[in-house]
Amino acid sequence: MKRERPDVLIRLREELRAFLGGEQDALEERMTEGQVRPAAREAAAPDIEYRLMMENEALEAKRIAARLHEHNRREVSRAGRIVYCALCVMVCLMMITLLLYTMANLPAFGSADHPINNEVSARYIEKGLQETGAVNIVTGMILDYRAFDTLGESSVLFTAAMVVMLLLRMDADSQAYSPLARYVRRSQHADTFYEPHQDMIMQKTAKVLVPIVLLLGIYVVLNGHLSPGGGFSGGAIMGAALMIYVTAYGFDSIRRFFTYKTYQRIVLVALLTYAFSKCYSFYTGANGIHSVIPLGTPGAILSSGLILVLNICVGFIVTCTMYAFYAVFRKGEL
Amino acid sequence: MLQRLMTNYHETAAVILFCIGFSTMMLHKNLIKKIIGMDIMDTAVYLLLAAQGYIQGRTAPIVVDGVQSVEAYINPIPAGLVLTGIVVSVSVSALMLALAVRLYYRYHTLNLDEIIALAGKEEV
Repeated sequence: MKRERPDVLIRLREELRAFLGGEQDALEERMTEGQVRPAAREAAAPDIEYRLMMENEALEAKRIAARLHEHNRREVSRAGRIVYCALCVMVCLMMITLLLYTMANLPAFGSADHPINNEVSARYIEKGLQETGAVNIVTGMILDYRAFDTLGESSVLFTAAMVVMLLLRMDADSQAYSPLARYVRRSQHADTFYEPHQDMIMQKTAKVLVPIVLLLGIYVVLNGHLSPGGGFSGGAIMGAALMIYVTAYGFDSIRRFFTYKTYQRIVLVALLTYAFSKCYSFYTGANGIHSVIPLGTPGAILSSGLILVLNICVGFIVTCTMYAFYAVFRKGEL
Repeated sequence: MLQRLMTNYHETAAVILFCIGFSTMMLHKNLIKKIIGMDIMDTAVYLLLAAQGYIQGRTAPIVVDGVQSVEAYINPIPAGLVLTGIVVSVSVSALMLALAVRLYYRYHTLNLDEIIALAGKEEV
């Protein structure tokens, strides 16, 4: 059986060559690239250095494990663990009883006389369309009545992205990081060690999928005031498109149009636009000045005043943040 | 009480889910499993909030054909609150995972007891 396999591969390759005509050299090179690379990795001198580092790392890990095993045997008693688990289970059972008792005293599911259906939600439903211009009442609520809250949300996302970068972005040569961390950061293909590099199936799929997903994301963002969706969901979809792209084509390709600097600029401009446009509407609203931004006809795409602008800003922030999370977790940089 | 819990079965499910997440956080030593438990707890809260906003026989709060009476739509406020919750939960999960990655780089383990033991030895 094992002997047959190369023959099959060769025949497949010939068929591909006959089928594809002129491009065969480039294509074949790309196809075999993934298979050749592990051997090339071993041959290259700097990679030997990293392998040594990895081995050191493994040795250190073993030493730590041995020490911990000793520690566990000596200090942590089994009885203590059992008591802890029993206490946990008791606390959980007490909590479940208490919460279920509370739930049993709530109004029935789906009843209209629930106390949260008060004059606030009635006002949003009855006056929302006239006051915000948004057909989607939830969007009108979160981006007009409660826009300050949404600005806080965007800032939370931005802060989280900053902190994740602070924790995981690393300088390749800094001695403060362990050899493993430096290896992951520095070697070009360490983040896809077990996956094919420049995989053809993945790339062809991405070529079809990325524009469609991106278009869907833009549609969801732009229709945030008309249909379910908005900046957060559309931004997450667009971030997914960027992730598919980077998985298929690698970080070198995406850096042609999306670098750390691009990320900084987009997020900064989006957050500032959000803050200033909201400042304007708070100023006019609080002082009873008529806003110069027309609300438009409800249902049209260019309607509902500033909500469209705010949705686009939020969409950009979420896209960049989602992609930044992915890239920083995978490689340690954008 | 039992009958009430059966009518409010969304809320009951939310409570059970919350406690599953809570016990996962308490009983597992692995940091990643603790983070998963935290996310399950978040999900339970969204389920509870979304269930509170629903009203029998009414549609989502998107104005159709200019109908704007309170009798036509469900409560829009829980939907907005769930949105806020999801965004914050994504941020918190990312932050916790980043901290777990850093701890793993430092101590080569995700077991919380081992990390505490190793960190304690370091100080001495």
